[in-house]
Amino acid sequence: MNHYLPREAQIVARTEESPNTFSLHLQLTDAAPYSFAPGQFNMLYLYGSGEVPISIVSGSAEDGVLVHTIRALGRITKGLSALRVGDRIGLRGPYGRGWPMRAAEEHDLIIVTGGLGCAPAVSIIHHVLMHRERYGHLSILQGVKHTDDLIWREQYDAWAGLPDVEVLLAADVAEPGWRGHVGLVTALFDQLSLRAGQTVAMLCGPELMMRAAAQDLHERGLAADAIHLSMERNMQCAVGHCGHCQFGGHFVCRDGPVFAWPQVRELLGVRGF
Amino acid sequence: MDDNGFLPRQTLQTLLDLLRRQGYRTIGPVVQDSVVQYRDIDTTDQLPIGWTDDQAPGRYRLSRVDSPRCFAWATGAQALKPHLFHAREVLWSVRRDDTGRLAFSEQEPDVRRLAVIGARACDLAALNLQDRHFLHTINDPYYAAKRQGLFVVAVHCAYPADTCFCASTGDGPRAKQGFDLALSELDDGFIVEIGSERGRAIAAQLPLLATTGEQVREATDAITEAANRQFRQLPSTHLRDTLFGRLQHPRWDDVAARCLACGNCTSVCPTCFCHAEHDDVELGGTASRHLREWDSCFSEGHGHLHGFNVRPNTHHRYRQWMTHKLGSWHDQYGRSGCVGCGRCITWCPVGIDITEEADAICAGDLPQEGSP
Repeated sequence: MNHYLPREAQIVARTEESPNTFSLHLQLTDAAPYSFAPGQFNMLYLYGSGEVPISIVSGSAEDGVLVHTIRALGRITKGLSALRVGDRIGLRGPYGRGWPMRAAEEHDLIIVTGGLGCAPAVSIIHHVLMHRERYGHLSILQGVKHTDDLIWREQYDAWAGLPDVEVLLAADVAEPGWRGHVGLVTALFDQLSLRAGQTVAMLCGPELMMRAAAQDLHERGLAADAIHLSMERNMQCAVGHCGHCQFGGHFVCRDGPVFAWPQVRELLGVRGF
Repeated sequence: MDDNGFLPRQTLQTLLDLLRRQGYRTIGPVVQDSVVQYRDIDTTDQLPIGWTDDQAPGRYRLSRVDSPRCFAWATGAQALKPHLFHAREVLWSVRRDDTGRLAFSEQEPDVRRLAVIGARACDLAALNLQDRHFLHTINDPYYAAKRQGLFVVAVHCAYPADTCFCASTGDGPRAKQGFDLALSELDDGFIVEIGSERGRAIAAQLPLLATTGEQVREATDAITEAANRQFRQLPSTHLRDTLFGRLQHPRWDDVAARCLACGNCTSVCPTCFCHAEHDDVELGGTASRHLREWDSCFSEGHGHLHGFNVRPNTHHRYRQWMTHKLGSWHDQYGRSGCVGCGRCITWCPVGIDITEEADAICAGDLPQEGSP
């Protein structure tokens, strides 16, 4: 099997999430089966430019539509941002190890995200809501630099209204009228009523945020291996061959992107790795 | 192995002829651009007969010696890596029609059979590491196709360069594994050892004579002496834990001030596997080829991540290279990524010596303020 070869996918819908963030809703044009686990990612190929790793936001592939939320920052993501409904791109995947959704069953879940880190974590929320009876209390903590960066506001409001779900938001810089916390997302931990032995934490966002959050939750009684986080590195092949995503001995694309905290603790947040 | 025989020098050509008749493309060492390189050969006259190499940090020179031998040198700039993991290779191509539809097509792997003559113990240890990287977890079809058709005639090394330290990594100078046939070169010919069934089939057709005890002794002594002549070595501590325990050592800054971040070391390293992927669009705009090309952890783009660089300066890049090569390779593939060939020392334009840097970082107690 040739893991490098993309399949053709068509954009069936497109949503604007913020001034530079958008979502592509993609459908594969061939009939071959496709399934993924929350936390996995695809390589999206822009014709003539190249590929980028993008996590899958959808909860499942059941309706055949795969949602990818992208921030237009680099050459390829800016190119993708110019595409319209009906345009075609390449897609290969899914890759990597996703969130430990099976092991987290019958536990409370704390999801801590920062910035666009919320994208890989949204698949967790979708998955939990699709299988609500399997999970306990769900806490969603999202931090952003500026309230302007907060995407999916209506979605957060809707989740906050569900039973046994709490949504706590934090912004370093807040707009007038902001009702969330002003400051770091980790400051929200005081508001949680943690059942330490019954809780699994899933973190996604800037490394220093994840390092601080993991340490803090651990001090509040969560076992180190009950804390999971999603890493991000340059990825070009997605199968552990090209070497760009190495993080110590790990190939983030293949051994991750989701790791248990003890696996990556040694180098987490260390500049240069 | 008991299976051995003596191949008189003037009949070495028979080996090449046999391999070519079996459909192998034959490559061997030749002197090209003042360096020993593996290139296509069809006669043994093309081998570097009477050449030897003089290597030192930042220095490689060939010179003539009065000898009938063709393997009286240590290493060239490249091992077997470029013949199995190409420096530039097309993976797939795509066509776009008028309506914007994309049709992807796979590049067919190159399945031509290749026989290499002259591979050294360090080259074979490196080949084994590249096998683990490209074949053992997820199969790379391009590497796999070329690897499957590879026939290896090794030569036990009797001429280590001053930059060599394979004895310290445990990979040489005797080739222990990974060959079909192995040769020990003597003045009047070669002791031929069999390493595989394919090798045995070829050996059965060679005009081999019985070896004498004296010939075997001479060959064994030459290998022992080749090990004893090496004076460079890696520290004998557990390098993985020591290096990762000393990420703040001041020597990283010291080496970064000398390192040009040119990537020569990673290009000549027989185990470095990093490569970048990019597109090459045809002028008409209706088709594009997707390629991979050797990359280096010393390059600007290697640590690029949407808007920032994970390894912005040379300090980070040299540290990444060494902690990976000597450290986290243990996590990935159960051993160091260094086979002691010394190429990174020879081909470094400023003569940085990995054994000297590793020594400086690992020696003694950790300097104060040093814990990461």
